[in-house]
Formats: sequence, C-alpha cells, structure tokens
Amino acid sequence: MGKTKDKSGPLARRPDNSAFKQQRLPAWSPVLTANTVLPFFYLLAVISMLLGVWLLLLVQSTQEIKLDYTDLGNCNECFDLRRNVSNAAQTCSCRVEFSIDKTFKGDVFFYYGLKNFHQNLRRYMDSRDDGQTVGWIKKLKNPSTYCEPFAKDEDGVPIAPCGAVANSMFNDSFTLTYHSSSGRRVPVPLLRKGLTWYTDKNVKFRNPRTDNLTLAQVFEGTRQPLYWQRPVYSLDPHDPNNNGFINEDLIVWMREAAFPNFKKLYGILNRADANFEKGLPRGNYSIDISYNFPVQHFLPIAYLVTSSLILLMAVVLTVAWWKFGKDGKNMKE
Amino acid sequence: MTWRSPLALVRDALQGQRARERELRSLVSNLLYEGLEKAKQPNRFFLSNAIKTTKYSLLLFLPMNLYEQFHRFANLYFVGIAILNFIPVVNAFQPEVALIPICVILLLTALKDGWEDFRRYQSDRKVNNTPCFIYSRYKQYVERRWKDVRVGDFVRVVSNEIVPADLLLLYSSNPNGVCHIETANLDGETNLKQRTVVSGLWAANLGFEPESFNSVVVCERPNNNLNHFKCFVEKPDKDKVGASIESLLLRGCTVRNTNHAVGFVVYAGHETKSMLNSNGSRYKRSKLERKLNADVFFCLLLLFTMCLIGAFGHYLWLESLPGVPSFLVPDSNGHLDVPSLESFYMFITMIILLQILIPISLYVSVELVKVGQIFFITNDIDLYDEETDSRIQCRALNITEDLGQIEYIFSDKTGTLTENKMVFRRCSVMGTEYPHKENAIRLDVMDEPESEEEVIFNQHQQLPRTRWSLESEGISPADTQQHGRRRKSKVAANAHSDVAFSSPLETEVIPDQKLLQQISRAESSGGRRDGNRNFDPHLDFFLALAICNTVVVSMENAHRQRVTGAFFQRNKWNRTRSEDPVIDSAKTENEADTNELQTCSLHPPSQNGSTIAEAEELCYEAESPDEAALVYAARAYGFILLARTPDSVTVRLPSGEDLVFEVLDTLTFDSNRKRMSVLVRHPVTKDYVLYTKGADYSIMELLGTPYAENVSGIEKNIAADTQYHLDCYAKDGLRTLCITKKVVSESTYQSWLGERKRAQAAMECREELIMRTAVQLETNLTLLGATGIEDRLQENVPDSIVALREAGIHVWVLTGDKPETAVNIGYACRLLEEEDLVINMSCKNKVTCTSNLDCTLEEVRRYGDDLRNIGTTQNISLVIDGNTLDIAMSPDLQQRFIELTKHCRSVLCCRVTPLQKSAVVKLVRDKLKVMTLAVGDGANDVNMIQAADIGIGISGQEGMQAVMASDFAISRFKHLKKLILVHGHWCYTRLANMIIYFFYKNVAYVNLLFWYQFFCGFTATTMFDYWQMIFFNLFFTSTPPIMFGIFDKDVSVEVLQGVPELYRTGQRKGEYNFLTFWISILDAFYQSLVCFFIPYLAYQDSDVDLFTFGMPLNTAALFAILLHLAIEIKSWTLVHWAIMLGSVALYFVVTLAYTAGCVTCNPPSNPYWILQSQMADPIFYLIVTLCTVVALLPRYSPPLCICRQLDRMDPSTRDQWIKEWRGFRGGAPAKRYELPDPPSPTLETPVDFFPDFLPDSDFMGDDLSLNVIAESRQRAVHT
Repeated sequence: MGKTKDKSGPLARRPDNSAFKQQRLPAWSPVLTANTVLPFFYLLAVISMLLGVWLLLLVQSTQEIKLDYTDLGNCNECFDLRRNVSNAAQTCSCRVEFSIDKTFKGDVFFYYGLKNFHQNLRRYMDSRDDGQTVGWIKKLKNPSTYCEPFAKDEDGVPIAPCGAVANSMFNDSFTLTYHSSSGRRVPVPLLRKGLTWYTDKNVKFRNPRTDNLTLAQVFEGTRQPLYWQRPVYSLDPHDPNNNGFINEDLIVWMREAAFPNFKKLYGILNRADANFEKGLPRGNYSIDISYNFPVQHFLPIAYLVTSSLILLMAVVLTVAWWKFGKDGKNMKE
Repeated sequence: MTWRSPLALVRDALQGQRARERELRSLVSNLLYEGLEKAKQPNRFFLSNAIKTTKYSLLLFLPMNLYEQFHRFANLYFVGIAILNFIPVVNAFQPEVALIPICVILLLTALKDGWEDFRRYQSDRKVNNTPCFIYSRYKQYVERRWKDVRVGDFVRVVSNEIVPADLLLLYSSNPNGVCHIETANLDGETNLKQRTVVSGLWAANLGFEPESFNSVVVCERPNNNLNHFKCFVEKPDKDKVGASIESLLLRGCTVRNTNHAVGFVVYAGHETKSMLNSNGSRYKRSKLERKLNADVFFCLLLLFTMCLIGAFGHYLWLESLPGVPSFLVPDSNGHLDVPSLESFYMFITMIILLQILIPISLYVSVELVKVGQIFFITNDIDLYDEETDSRIQCRALNITEDLGQIEYIFSDKTGTLTENKMVFRRCSVMGTEYPHKENAIRLDVMDEPESEEEVIFNQHQQLPRTRWSLESEGISPADTQQHGRRRKSKVAANAHSDVAFSSPLETEVIPDQKLLQQISRAESSGGRRDGNRNFDPHLDFFLALAICNTVVVSMENAHRQRVTGAFFQRNKWNRTRSEDPVIDSAKTENEADTNELQTCSLHPPSQNGSTIAEAEELCYEAESPDEAALVYAARAYGFILLARTPDSVTVRLPSGEDLVFEVLDTLTFDSNRKRMSVLVRHPVTKDYVLYTKGADYSIMELLGTPYAENVSGIEKNIAADTQYHLDCYAKDGLRTLCITKKVVSESTYQSWLGERKRAQAAMECREELIMRTAVQLETNLTLLGATGIEDRLQENVPDSIVALREAGIHVWVLTGDKPETAVNIGYACRLLEEEDLVINMSCKNKVTCTSNLDCTLEEVRRYGDDLRNIGTTQNISLVIDGNTLDIAMSPDLQQRFIELTKHCRSVLCCRVTPLQKSAVVKLVRDKLKVMTLAVGDGANDVNMIQAADIGIGISGQEGMQAVMASDFAISRFKHLKKLILVHGHWCYTRLANMIIYFFYKNVAYVNLLFWYQFFCGFTATTMFDYWQMIFFNLFFTSTPPIMFGIFDKDVSVEVLQGVPELYRTGQRKGEYNFLTFWISILDAFYQSLVCFFIPYLAYQDSDVDLFTFGMPLNTAALFAILLHLAIEIKSWTLVHWAIMLGSVALYFVVTLAYTAGCVTCNPPSNPYWILQSQMADPIFYLIVTLCTVVALLPRYSPPLCICRQLDRMDPSTRDQWIKEWRGFRGGAPAKRYELPDPPSPTLETPVDFFPDFLPDSDFMGDDLSLNVIAESRQRAVHT
C-alpha cells in the first residue's frame, strides 16, 4: 500500500474518512411515489398523443399511388421474357396506363420497387468493392476478392463495377406521360439528378482520375457486369456527367435495401415545367412502369397507441392511489 | 565459467536432484572450500538463498501467461469462436476483427498479471539485496547480500536484525547460549521465543571458531512445519548431538534481546520453512459465481437454439425460392451448395453472429467489480480498529458477495466473542475459596463503556488506590509498580500494548485480604528454612503459579519497539532511556511495515539490556494469556517471577528473598494431555518438585492421596471442595485451572531422566515418546488449588449477535470450554435468552444418545406444532458437549441431529476439538446446503475457518494462524456486523444485479440481430457495422454496469444496520435466482422485439438501406439498455451521472467520428455518413424515442412492480417479517392496524427514510406514508 507510506503516527493505517471512500457521496435516490410517477405518466401520454396526431396529419396530407406492373398491361410478356437470364440483352418495353383522381400537390417522387428481392443477403452484400467505386485505379483493374465470382469474367478481364450487387442492378427505365383532358400527350419531366446522398455522390462514389482521357479510355481493360446491357461509362446517354461510378441509378442501387420488399428513388418531378408547377395534376397517365410512395401510417399510429397505453396505466395508478392512498393516510393516523 | 561437457552437466543435475530428494541431508561447512569453483563445493546442490516468487520470466511471460489464462473455460470458448471466424465457408466479414475482443480481454488480464508479477519481482529484489554478515576465512565477517548466503555458510545476526535463512544456532552472545527471536513475521505471535545453542559442540574453554567447525550437520528434508525440525550434528569423533526446532533460527524472524548470534545455514531460499509456508492467496469460488456458470450454460443453450432456428430457417428459405434468383451469390467457382449443406454452414455463421449472447466481458467485469468492492470494504473506517491500527484485510479476493448470503455462523468463543484478555478473578487454595471481591469491583469499573473514558480514568485512578494501597501497604513490592502502571489511561493502555496480554486490566490484581493473611502467617510460621519438607501449601500454590509456565521475563527498557503507538505510550509514561533511537526505529518500522514481507529495525542494540532488573520494569511475555494472568496474580501476592532461563527460574518471595530454582525439565502443554508441568529442583530443600497445572478433568483423575504421610479428614475433602469451587467458577463463566504439586524422589527422577533423554534423541516418532514420558511422570499429583480466570466479552458482542440473528443467521458457538462456562457466556452475549428453552444434551454412549436424540426431536417437533407456542418469543437452544457431538455426528444419527438443530435458535457446542469444529461446519454445510461462515482467532480454529464457505480470522492476541487461513481478517467481533449486514448485502445485491443486467444487456442486443434474420433469408446479415457491435459491448455499455456493481446503494448503511431483517433477501437469493434471471431474459426479448419491430414497421416498404436502418436500432438499444440500468440504480451520485452521461456522449462522439472518417476502411460494410444523415432526419428521433419508451414501459407498469414486490414477499415470510418487525421493535404489543411490509430493498424504499436507527414507535408512520404505492398496488391485485 503505497498510499500509507507518507503517513505516520499511531493511526497510520486508518482509512481516509472521505465521502468517496466511505461511500457517503451525496446521492439522489429517485423514489417512485404517486406524486412523482403520475404527473410523469400523464405528461408522457400527452406528448405522445400530440406527436401522434401531428404525424397523422402529416401523413394524411401526402398522397400515394402504387402500381404493380408485373402483370399490368403488356408487361407480363416482358416478365416472362426476363425470367430467362440469357435473354438479358433483348429489349422489352411495355406500357401501363393509370389515372389519378386528385392532383398530387408539391414535390412528387417516382420510385421503382421490388418485391422479394433480397439485397440484404450476407453474401450478396459482401459482393462489392468500395475501393473500386471510390475510384482507385489499382482496384479498377484488380477488384477485391469479395466480388467473387463477379470479379473477372471467364477470360480474366476485370469487371467494373464488380460484384453481385452491381451485376444485378435494376435497369428498367420509365417514361411517364400525361394525357391531358384535351387529349394531348405531355411527357412528364423527371429530374434524374439529386437522387442520392450528397456524400455518396461526392465522396463514396468517384470515377477514376481521367487525366485528360475520356471515361471510356479509363475503363479500358475492364468489362461491364455480365447482366448489363451497357458499360458503366455510358449508362446515361443523355448526360455525360452521370456516367461511370457516379451514375445516380448505380449509386441508388448500390445502397443495399434493408428488406426484401423495397423501393428506390427513380426520379423527382421537375416542377420547373409549367404544366407541373403545382405538382402532378389529376388525369390519365401512362407510364412505362411505375410504382409509388407507400405512405407510412405506422409511426403516427404507434405513437397514438403508446400514448393511450401510458394514459391507461396512469389512470389505473391514479385510481389506485386515490382509493388506497387515502387508506394509507388513515393507517398513519 | 569453464566449459563443461553437457554430459557432466546432466550428471550434476541428476546428482543435485537426488541430493535434494534424500530424506537426510549431510551438510558441511563451506569454509574449507572457500574460493574453490562451484563444481567442487560440497553444498552446491542445495538451493541458494536468492528467492524468486515471480510466476513469469521476461522471456516466457507471454506463453506462460496465455497458458494460465486458457485454464479458464470462458477464454477457450471465446478463442474457439474467434477461430471459427477463419473458416472460409463461414463467410465471416472480417475474421481479424473478431479477434479483437478476446485479445483485449487477454491483454487486460495479462497486463494485470504482469503488473502483479513485477511487484513481486521488485520485492524479491529488495529482499535478495538485504545486507547480512557471512563469515569468511580471510576477513572474518564480511557484508554480503541475502542472495549470496549459501547452505553451509556461517551467518552472524545482531539484535533486531532479520534472520536471512534457516540457521542452526551455534553461538549466542548470551552467556546462557540463548537467543530470543520474535516470530511475528511468520505467525504473528508477538511473544519472544527462546532458541538455544546446540550444546556440546565446543569445548568450554575455546571460543566460537567457525573455521574449526568440521562436524557434519545431518538434517531432514525441508518441510513446512514451523514447529518441528529434526537434525543432529555428527562430530569428527562420530559423536552425535541432537538438535531440534529449539536451535533453529527461522528465516524471517527477528532477533531480539540478544547482542549477536551465529548460525550455520541449513536451509536457504525457497527451502526455508518460512518460504515453504508462504503459499499464494487462495482461490475460492463464490456461490454466485457457480450460479453464474450455470446461467452461462443456459445462455449457451439459448444460443444453440437460436442458431438452430437460423439454420433451419435458412434451409426452408432456400427451398422456398422459385429458381436461382440473381441475389443468390454462388461461391467463387460459380457453384451453389445444396440447401442442407448451406444451412449447416449457416449454423456456424450464426454462432459467430450471435456469440455475444455469452457476455465476453462479464468475467472481467465481475473481477473489476470485486476489486472495487474490496477497495471500499478495506477503506471502511468502521471496520478499522484504532487499538491495533489495523484495517480489515480481504485475503480472498473473489468471494465478497458470499458475505451477503450467510445463513450459518460458526464462532469460536475465546478471543472471538471474548477479548482473550485473561483476568485473574478468584482462586481456591487447599479447599478454601477466596472470592477476591475488591478485584471484582475493580474489573467492574473497568467495564464501563468507552465513551466515558475520562470518568473511568479518574475513577480508576482514585478508587482502587484508596482502597487498596492502604490495605496492601508494605506487603508487596509490586505495589509501587502498580501505581506506576495505573497512570496510563485505559485507551492508551489497551492500545498498542507492546507485549501481548499485558494491559493493566490483565496485569493488576488486587489481592484478597484473607489469602494475604494466610500467606503472611505461613511465611512467619517459618516453614521456610527449617528443612521442613512440607512447605506450606499456600506458598506452594503461588510458587506453582509463578514457576509452572513458560512465561519469559524481559526488561522493559530493552524491549523491542514494535508498534509505533507503543512508542508514544512509553515515551509519555515510562522512563525511556534512549529516546532518539526509539523514535528512529519507530519511524522505520512503520515504513517497513508497509512492505509486509520483512520488518527491519535499525534500532541499535540496547545498552541497558543487562542492567539489574527492577521489579517494576518486568515484562512478562507469555504464549497463552492464562499463564500471564497467573503470573501476575502470583506477583500480586509477592511471588515475583524475576527471570527465566532454560535452566533456571528466579522467584522473589514476599519476604524479599530471591530463590533460584533449577529447571530440570518442562513438559510442555499439548491438547491431548491438557496440562503442562515443570520439574524443578528446590534450592533450599533440594527436592525434585513437579508442578503441574491443567484442566480440571485432566488433573482430577491423576490425583494421588494428598500428603500421604499425614492424612487428615480435612485434606481428604480438599479435592471434593475444590471440585465444587471449580463448578461454581464455571457457572460464573470463568476459565478454570487446577494447580498440583508432586515431589519426585531422586531415584524415580534418575530413571525417568534416562527414558526422557532417549525419547528426545529419537528420530522416529519423537513427539509421541516425549508425550509418553510426560504422562509417566504426571501421576499421583497433590492438589494445591484451583484458579478462576475471567475472559471478558468484547464490546458490542451481544448487540452484534442479536443483529446477526435478526438477520436470519443461525449462530453456533463452538468452544473448548466446559458446558457451564460456555452456557454462561452464551447468556452474556445473548446467544441464549433468559426465556429460552435450553436443551442440554450430554450422554456417554451411543444407545442413550440415540434415544435421547429421538425424544428431543419428537419433543421439539411437538413444541413447534403446538399452537400455544406460536407467537411467543420462547425459543429452543441446544447445548451439546464434544462427546455427545461425536456420537450425534456418526453417519446414522447425523440426519436426526441436523433435523434437531434446524429447530434450534442457537446451538452451543462445548469441549470440542479443532477437528470437531471443522466436522460440524462441514456437516451443516453439506447436509443443509447452506452458506456457512466461520470466525475464530486461534490456531485451533484454522480447520473450521478453512472448512466454511467463508473463513474470518480475528487478528487478536493468539497469533496469526487464523488470519493466515482466513478469507477476511478483522480485529474485533463487532466488525462482523457491518461486514455482513452492510457490505455483505451491498456486495451481493450489487453483483447479483450487475450480472443479471449483463445477461439482459447481451440478450437484448443480440436478439436485434436475431430478429433481422427473418428478413434476410437467415443469412446472418448484420444491420450494424461490425466495429460498432464491438464498440457497443466494449465501450458504450461496459462501464455503467461496472459502476453499478461498485457504487450502487440500494439501502443506506443506517437502515441496513437498523433493520437486520433486510439481510434475508440475500439469503433467499432475492436478487439473483431462477425467476429474476428468466424474467430479465424475457424482458430482454421483449425490449429487443420493441427495438427491432418499431423501426422495422416504420421503415417497411421504404427505400431505407441496411445501415441506415440499423442506426436507429442501435441507438434505441443503447438508450433502452442504459435507461434500464438507470431504473435499476437506486442512488445517483456524481459518479453515476458522469458515467451514464459519459457513455451516451461517448457513443455519439465515437460513432459520429467513425461514420465520418471511414469511407472504405472496413469493407464490405460501409457505414459512411450514416449517423450524420440520420441525425438530420426527424424520423430518427421519433423512432428512438418511441422505442425507448415502449421498451421500458413494463418496468414501470403496475403488474411488474407488484411482481417484484410479491417476489420478495410470499405470505409466510411476510408474516414472519411482521413478527420479526415487532420483536425487533422491542417486543412492543401488537398494534391495531395492519402492519405494512417491512421496507424491502427495492426502489420503493427511500434510502434515508429513517436516518438513524430509532427504536421508537413513530417512525412506523413515515414508513407507511412512503410505502403507500407499493401497498396499494399489491392490494389492487388481490381484490
């Protein structure tokens, strides 16, 4: 005991009489009594209820329309075609027609969704190379072993982007058309940018340094994933800046969904167009495939349920306290 | 170093091995071979004096430490899991990362072990480098280091120096060839022991010449028995001289009162007796830990079940897939395994994923918590004893929580319940009783409580002096001495008594007037010098008291300075002659004390040691307190023991004349004979006189016809009268001794002497032979009288016993005393109550014992069932003696005996041997499956202390053996109350709650992962980043439970001490039992369900990605887990706040930093910017809040609260509670109203609802008002 060394005298080994060592630190001991618990419960119930109501209102004000295009219109032909992987190179388009009864006000988001597609399988999730997509030249030609067996093709040519995630990228494209009441067909302008997190687009996904080369030249010596119809440097024929690893559809896809039924953002209504300044007007539309916003009623309802639970408990406690607390006082006398 | 062939080295090693293994060792002096190379040294095979107590060496630390650590099953398990990660088919994310937790754990433990070992290394080095003097042929004594000492060397030790190795004493500066040593370092006994030079080695006219030592020392193989040593010295002329422990200076002892001494090293280093005796701290497994292991096993089962579900689920999922979808990734060869094989692999992967269900950090945390608990226990100022300046020592580090579950306490009596300060009370001489009334008054005065110290001091100073100095004037030279001594105040005197058994309480005896007159009559009647063989029996009685003992006389001024406090005392009141050196030594000693290994004294040998002794400066150092008490009693009557050497005893008679008795032999005390004798030759009559003293039952049967020559009727009755007095003494709780005398004729003596010598020289079964010779001589004794010695109760013993009993602990007292004495003490310490029904069991043979036992059992059962007895305070107590106990514990009766004791409130076992003590403890422990605690202070309690689940040693006056064997060492019995009721309760509840919490925490967290498996095809995907999972357990949620385990106070000290009933929760395993464990596991399942499915439902069908989904889960789990603990915490101090808030802050800081800084550092999982984006989203907060509230809601819901209440209070115990509660409140008549639950240590109990223990009736009300909620909820369920 080194501490005792500096002490001497008859009581050298006497322990310090400090609050800490004697376990006498000032302490706050919460005591659960009616007076402390009940107000807390009521307060909690009220807050939950308010939150629940507010959320419910919020949710009610949003509109959604959901279209399962697997079998709609002439899409079942495409569905059958796609069942066979060897037909991947063939194009197939179909049209689905639908109408909305009420104008979709404000921002409108277009999602595509998949059912029972497991992006969250352990091996599937692993099968990617962040080093490659962040733009490391070395990784471009020499993908990580995590990508196996989608790292190189049979001839040993490296695949960019490698791995099962990129390989299975959803590559349907949609064109939305508005059939105005006058019979005019107006293409609905969709913003295909700004779909990703800022950090994804600017930090996590980068093209390899071009050094005055074209993107195609940079990717020379690699090949596109097996299921893809186009190489990664020409994913977006309309916007040269949306090609390579920073292609927004690719980035969206690469963010693996948590559940087997998921949706991913496809586009945002461009409200700069005069027809759609106030959102999506009611009327008939045709779409080359769509699927939409599942408005979440769960959270507000959960809050309301919780609130009523707490309220119930609080009431029970109050009754008990009011009834028996009085007895307690009697006993005290 | 010259080169030697490997063969020679091997041969040497073998030779050395053989030499060390041999039964007898022949050692010769090294001097003849001085300067020769090592291979030629005769004693080269024996270990050198350098010691090495370290476990590891620098090079081999890692492998050896790992080897040690893998003895722990848990570590093996975790390493096994980590290795599983490296199997490729398992598809672990990053096998290397999985190694981190186990590596951290191993590293922490290794650091701790390394640090401890380094401390040992340092102390070894210090010891090894202590200087000492070795004889060299060339330069006489040269200064060397301890490590240089070798077997066969001659070592000189001076006064107050520590002996470096086991030395055979060959020379002492003392003319009698005596060397005094103090063995406090070895066994804690503070009295001086005499060692004598091996006689007959040196011709009388020659001085001591190491060079001429050419004998061979033959000694036995080293062993750890401190009290036995067999050896003989073979001189060149083949003459053998025997030597025993009496001539051995043990390593670690301190030389006292002897200017210098020289010894021959027989054992060195690790072969010395003290080193063979020092074994490391003991490892005991606590009950809670055993339970913990069982629950870890449950968790393993749970883990396997979950993994099986996972594997099976994966199989079904694979089977249900329509084709081969694009998300099913084949292995690197493009090949997919069949579902059954895949699911088998998945089973292993699941084990890796869910392994944290078994809390890896639990074992380390438990150890840390125990360290913290021990820190607080040892620092408790209430467990500190000012008198001896000693704290409580925790010698066993891992059974703190067992203190909270004790159901049976087995206590020694002498020295444990009593002070072991023997006070001469009364005596009976030649059949006449001398009550010593004045003495009794004096003791009563001393008995006053300590708070009135000043008053006592004054009273004490004046009252006895007026009474007694008048009366005793001119009678005794001791008079002046007593005046001098009495000036010490009580505290100063009791404290730091530098000699054992020498507080004024013990040293002062006021003589009985009648007896004094009797003596002076005998003196004057002139039975002294006229050659009359019939020395007056009264004088003989006191001569026997003065002679028949092993008390060593020392001069106060030459006395060692041991305790610093002693210095103050002496400096103030005694004429200290050399003040400055004393101060020096006091200081050095104090520092050295902290070293614990060896105490060094720089105190120079006293110059005044040999001055003529003044009677008033005599100091008696006795091995047993009874002896000292008797010597002081004799002194009070003028028979002053002046000096004792191995050969003679000097006694001053009341007349002032000094008589020198030649001591022919001492038949030492042993527990079989229960007596000791001294054979002396009377200087005047030249008679051989044997004085024997011993226990009455061992003496009475040896009595011959008293004074055979002139038998008179009166003297015939002496034995009967004395026996009667003895019984009376015993009833008063006094310890009794019989004093006898025997005159041995010359011829008898001579023949006996021959036999005795043969016995002493025997190498084989020497002890037995010696004992037989002793028994031979001790026959036909003449009874002189008997003494009654009081052993006073320690302070607060009754109070402590009552409290322990109220706490539901059965207290058994096991003593070697007579039943009468024991029963009396039993009443005094409230072990037995006046109104108790005391069953006294004592029978001679098995048949009567069996019937007796059966009858009693029947009676007791009927008594218990009898309705009339319900509600009365009358209890049953059992008093049983050693004989009967032996019979009752025979295999066929023990069941009945145990059954009987279960009905008894207390049990008192008398006249039990140490072996019986441990047998009783073992019987109760094994038969009743209860937690036992044994407390004792002496060597005779060691067995018992080791047999019990917890052994507590009282560091009293009887040495350190009990302390050495104990798990906790306290200095007073009263400390037991706080140790058990407060610290025991705290340690238990803290640790139990912490462990339960740990299980809960891990299950809750792991289940989040498990629920997710249902949505990812059971492919063992995690929605947390792997590092975050590791951090979560290792950093974010690890400190709060440890803090909880160390600091939480469910009930305050005052309440725990005031209401001992609270202790019963621990006994009934209230905090940690099957129910609480599974409730918390269920709670964990519920909370994980909430924390998983609320976010799941909230994010269902959305575009949320995996890690974004995981983040609110992780955060909600953190809050739920921490707030769950917050509910459990009963009192919040600054430490609690800091650690709880710190943990939350740490989580956010670390996670933010990690997610911001890690773009591709941990492929394939990529949590980049997740938390940042989540924290910008209000949904995140909504989800986390909702999860936390809903998860913790049941903790506050009425049903669970009531469950927890009822869990503690089933109706029968509740009734018992109320009964106890009333009894506790002073047996007040039953109140009209229904009594509430006694405050249970749950959150309903405010910590300070009564700040102090107030046994008045109105604090009941406070209690009620505060317990309203609990009470009303309970009723709500009933109605």
